[in-house]
Amino acid sequence: MYAYDELDRTLINERVSEFRDQVRRRLSGELSEDEFKMLRLQNGVYLQLHAYMFRVAIPYGTLSSKQLRQLAHVARRYDRGYGHFTTRQNIQFNWIKLTDLPDALADLAEVGIHAMQTSGNNTRNVTSDQWAGVAPGEIEDPRIWSELLRQYTTLHPEFSFLPRKFKFAITASEHDRAAIKVHDIGLRLHKNAQGETGFEVLVGGGLGRTPFIGKTIKPFVAGRDLLSYVEAILRVYNQYGRRDNIYKARIKILVHELGIEKFAKEVEQEWLQIRDGALALDDAVIEEVRSRFTYPVYENLPNLPEELKKAAHDPKFEAWRKNSVFPHKVPGYAIVTLSLKPVGGPPGDATAEQMDAIADLAEKYSFGEIRVGHEQNLALPHVAKRDLPMLWRALDRIGVATPNINLVSDIIACPGLDYCSLANARSIPIAQEITRRFANHETANLIGRLHINISGCINACGHHHVGHIGILGVEKNGEEFYQITIGGRADEHAVVGTLIGPAVRYGEVADVIEDIVEAYLALRANPDELFIDTVKRLGVEPFRERVYATR
Amino acid sequence: MTSPLQQKIKITGPSVVTANRTWDGVVIYRTAAKNWTTDLSEAAIVREVDEARALLAEAAADDLGAIGAYIAPVEIGDDGAIEPGNLREQIRSEGLTIGLPVPA
Ligand code: HEM
Ligand code: SF4
Repeated sequence: MYAYDELDRTLINERVSEFRDQVRRRLSGELSEDEFKMLRLQNGVYLQLHAYMFRVAIPYGTLSSKQLRQLAHVARRYDRGYGHFTTRQNIQFNWIKLTDLPDALADLAEVGIHAMQTSGNNTRNVTSDQWAGVAPGEIEDPRIWSELLRQYTTLHPEFSFLPRKFKFAITASEHDRAAIKVHDIGLRLHKNAQGETGFEVLVGGGLGRTPFIGKTIKPFVAGRDLLSYVEAILRVYNQYGRRDNIYKARIKILVHELGIEKFAKEVEQEWLQIRDGALALDDAVIEEVRSRFTYPVYENLPNLPEELKKAAHDPKFEAWRKNSVFPHKVPGYAIVTLSLKPVGGPPGDATAEQMDAIADLAEKYSFGEIRVGHEQNLALPHVAKRDLPMLWRALDRIGVATPNINLVSDIIACPGLDYCSLANARSIPIAQEITRRFANHETANLIGRLHINISGCINACGHHHVGHIGILGVEKNGEEFYQITIGGRADEHAVVGTLIGPAVRYGEVADVIEDIVEAYLALRANPDELFIDTVKRLGVEPFRERVYATR
Repeated sequence: MTSPLQQKIKITGPSVVTANRTWDGVVIYRTAAKNWTTDLSEAAIVREVDEARALLAEAAADDLGAIGAYIAPVEIGDDGAIEPGNLREQIRSEGLTIGLPVPA
């Protein structure tokens, strides 16, 4: 966990009073909506179809039990008893009243949570690997750097009015769980040939209307230079980014139009002027942040405890363990993923009751810590293996032990037309129907790893471009239609998927997905060849044929 | 953003003016009595562009009461009942097409 210092607490509290005053002035008519809109957006308050939506940051996806309980409290007291975990380590509340927002913010501030820069044209919540600090083989805990970036970018005057939103993601593992290649800046911690730790810096990734995979701008930037290098990138962007056209305003367009070499040259020039200035990080500062992350005192435990051997006789437990329990850097411990993708449920939603129960279980079994991942699931990062059977029973009781992690029903979906004012089509009921079709766990297991991502419009909040199967809602003559892509992926081999053909109707989507999956099962070279590898080997043609032959 | 009054107005059939209520975000409709209602059946119906523009202008002037006013299509049933004119408006008027994830 990370402990905020006095400065952060003061900042968050001052922000609450400021917003309370802004809301008061809005409601008294002193501020018009035009004047107020910018202010509310800087505090994560959007307007959706039915109500205001409130987006709260969960920096680098780490929550304490106390914080999760407070999120549950906000859901219960000011909303309709649930929240939606998003692909960017935020939680959204969908029904909040403007008049309640200052109180909700104040309640969150009590536990060090805020909504600053969760919307607007600024640097957004810095996301990271949900297994940060516990993944085996990790170079070091990437959250130290996420936190440094968070401190540096929060209310940074130069970056509060960028041409467009700006998103960072960081990983320190070989396998990228943070989707760094589809972020404005992606950072990968690694060691260079000299054995020094630093960052590969990627720039210009992004989804939305014009998807791009991030390009490496510099293969190695030392930790001391991280902030100055990032500042140089942001300055070049701030200067040249297209403010005249919202669709061309993201850094990805600038990088694309200038070309990465030219862009890199501009950044280098800028950087050389500032690298030895105030932003150079000395070790003491890095150590100070590092020391504010506390880690559990792990016990020396057997890696295969009796409790686990005994529980292995229960096939339901085994199915869950094999699917949702992952190796931890410390023997005797495990990382447990909690599925927020129950069959027939809206992906990524958790009720206040579930949040409270998970907070309790985290206290009992995971040193009071919870993680949020970009796949819209939660994780308990430090579970003693001997506790797994007990934990499983408790998770199963509250409906978060569906053994479908990374399988076909572990769908990423945006809120879509049920909530979102920008949507063309619904996302959630499409996801629900697909999970019903693949409810049988044996079948899902047989299919193996398969990521389906759904967005209700071209903004791509549901990452459809990088789903193994991507589903994008479009509108044709007032009717919902869906474009299907296959072959995308969001990890270290990130690539944008390919459209398989004309859009299909709402009622056909689940059938089409079944067809694609059946085609894959028939086409795969062997049971170990994943869907994504079959598509890579054969291209989209055989899938296109299968889907459209009868339509 | 273009103000609602500068937008080109195109209507193809009976329409209403809708917005979200400022203090709580709830969906509201403009009434003939120059007020707002949460009940679509009480909304003022307009059929001509000029009428629509006037209703929108008058609604948008209430910056304190409502935000994001715009013209939305409706359908009038044989019995005179006002129905939302498209799926988006149906969802705004009648709520989610899915159940809330709240345990009973
Ligand atoms: C009120 C609801 C929301 C609104 C109005 C909204 C708006 C947008 C817009 C306009 C974009 C396109 C940005 C661009 O291309 O420049 C975008 C992208 C994105 N949003 Fe949302 N969004 C909403 C909810 C969500 C939710 C629920 C999630 C997570 C599930 C999310 C995550 C993202 C992601 C990951 C992207 C694409 C990555 C990128 O920035 O290139 N958003 N959003
Ligand atoms: S992808 Fe479109 S429909 Fe989905 S949340 Fe984003 S803006 Fe809304």
